[in-house]
Amino acid sequence: MTEPVEIHGLNHFFGSGEARKQAIFDINVSIAKGSLTILMGPSGSGKTTLLTLIGALREIQEGNVRLLDHELNGATEAELVGLRRRLGFIFQAHNLHESLTATQNVLMGLEVHGKGNAVKQRQASHHMLDLLGLADRRDYFPGNLSGGQKQRVAVARALVSNPEIVLADEPTAALDKESGHTVVEMLKSLGKTRGTTTVMVTHDPRILEMADRIITLEDGRVVKDVNN
Amino acid sequence: MSRLLTLLFGRLPIGWLQLSHNKGRLFAAVSGVAFANLLVFMQLGIMGALNGSTVAPYALLNADIIISSQEGNTLTDSEHIARVHMFEALGVAGVADATPLYINNLPFTLDDGTSVSLLTFGMNTTKRHFVASAIAPYLEQLTIENTVLLDEGTRGMPASVIEGLSAGTPFSFEANGGTLTAIGTMNVGGGFLADGMLVTSDQTFLRFFSSRDSGAPDHILLRIDDGVSGDTVAERLRAVLPAASVRVLTIQEARDADLAFMSSERPTGIIFGFGVFMGILVGLVIVYQVLSTDVADHLREYATFKAMGYGHPFFLGIVFEEAIVLAIFGFIPGFIVSMGLYAGLVAVTSLPITMVASRAIYVFLGTLAACALSGAIATRRLASADPADLF
Repeated sequence: MTEPVEIHGLNHFFGSGEARKQAIFDINVSIAKGSLTILMGPSGSGKTTLLTLIGALREIQEGNVRLLDHELNGATEAELVGLRRRLGFIFQAHNLHESLTATQNVLMGLEVHGKGNAVKQRQASHHMLDLLGLADRRDYFPGNLSGGQKQRVAVARALVSNPEIVLADEPTAALDKESGHTVVEMLKSLGKTRGTTTVMVTHDPRILEMADRIITLEDGRVVKDVNN
Repeated sequence: MSRLLTLLFGRLPIGWLQLSHNKGRLFAAVSGVAFANLLVFMQLGIMGALNGSTVAPYALLNADIIISSQEGNTLTDSEHIARVHMFEALGVAGVADATPLYINNLPFTLDDGTSVSLLTFGMNTTKRHFVASAIAPYLEQLTIENTVLLDEGTRGMPASVIEGLSAGTPFSFEANGGTLTAIGTMNVGGGFLADGMLVTSDQTFLRFFSSRDSGAPDHILLRIDDGVSGDTVAERLRAVLPAASVRVLTIQEARDADLAFMSSERPTGIIFGFGVFMGILVGLVIVYQVLSTDVADHLREYATFKAMGYGHPFFLGIVFEEAIVLAIFGFIPGFIVSMGLYAGLVAVTSLPITMVASRAIYVFLGTLAACALSGAIATRRLASADPADLF
């Protein structure tokens, strides 16, 4: 049984010609199913780049990334799109659609899998929002929600389709201590019950102790890899 | 609305939600499409009236084949033809009967001093089967010297005169140095051709237009024998008559040729065609502007959707959905306002401007196509939605 994320000899460059600059150096990491892994490091250390490479959002230039048993290096656009549907992304900015209500934004996370039972999809979206403490904000537009509420809607959107891997970039930055804790607890329990694997970029010291594994990057290299 | 569209598409109607969320943009876009529709409808309406009035006088006639001079352009814009051709035509197998048709403009001064022109048709009153059934009963009365039938729609003619004629009161008037008496009315609707129309006997016609010669009518009308095809007889006639100076057409061909002449060779047809083109261009530009701004404003959301695993067809769907919404919501007010303006123009000009169902359908389909085209151009911006930039 292979792990959900397996990285071998991964290098990545930005720019071309003389301006070509290496951002990721020879990374070899496997991430265990159901675990919560945190990527740390100073800004410019390549942790976000690594996250986008794992998330099939960037073309692999050198080395191999196996994501859910699919090689990303040389994969077609259709394969990449298919793989992304099995992931859940939580961005630093909420990136909610301003013209859609909270429920409709969460529904977008389900509809990507094609036509389904509209009533069931709506119920699942409501349930997810309720779990994140937004039961009374279901039909609000993002413009009428606070920053923390918007971020929680974005979390609901990422998790509603039961993704196999969750990729998160500073998901708790906009959240207060309590809701930040709720979100990470949720990710951990999903890891236990459903085997959801989480890879998270964060600087938030409140979360570090909850992680199974902390990988520290510096200048595009893994400098520390600790299991909690 | 949103629930209905969700059922229809089997997904959230993102395009509709995006447009309806930004009321200002929706209003601007819909007004733009409505305005473009209005322009196109007005151009087509006036062009339709022009074409309609060109062929309107055909409604007076009941003939199978028409022989005209090669020099002429349309039924009422014609050159004289030698009547001798009528006798040649009568010798051709399949021709049942023939009659000359004389046409001239009669200047007439209204009570208020304005001059109008009445397009006058002189016909042989003994040949009832050559005129439309609506006026055939009057032909016998028209044999009386200096009597005419007057078009109801004649511009500037007091309503009391038309009402009086309908009630059986004759109306006498001075024109071209003589006195004419209208004994009844007909409904042709000259529109652009003239201010009004008259039908009279060939005898009265030749008396009033002393320069006209009975041997040189404008057209020769033919009726053909039952069971013979008009095309066949027309072919035989073409073989007999001199092709260099005489044109033989079935009535349907003549009508089509008149329309083709007006819409392609007369500057009016080209001007209105250009007007339609401008209207379409205005609509295209407005819809493109709105849709491409809308795409640009939502690049971040689209990039997010791309990261979530939505493929290119999904985004094309959004843009086309918006295009269709704009087409439908713009067409409705454009259509309604156009109907109002048509009615206003008819009241002011008494031109035969009417909304034809086929025109409304074509304009609607054209609007859909133009909006879809604008949408297709606007989707080029989608390529710049890169999910890797989101982190």
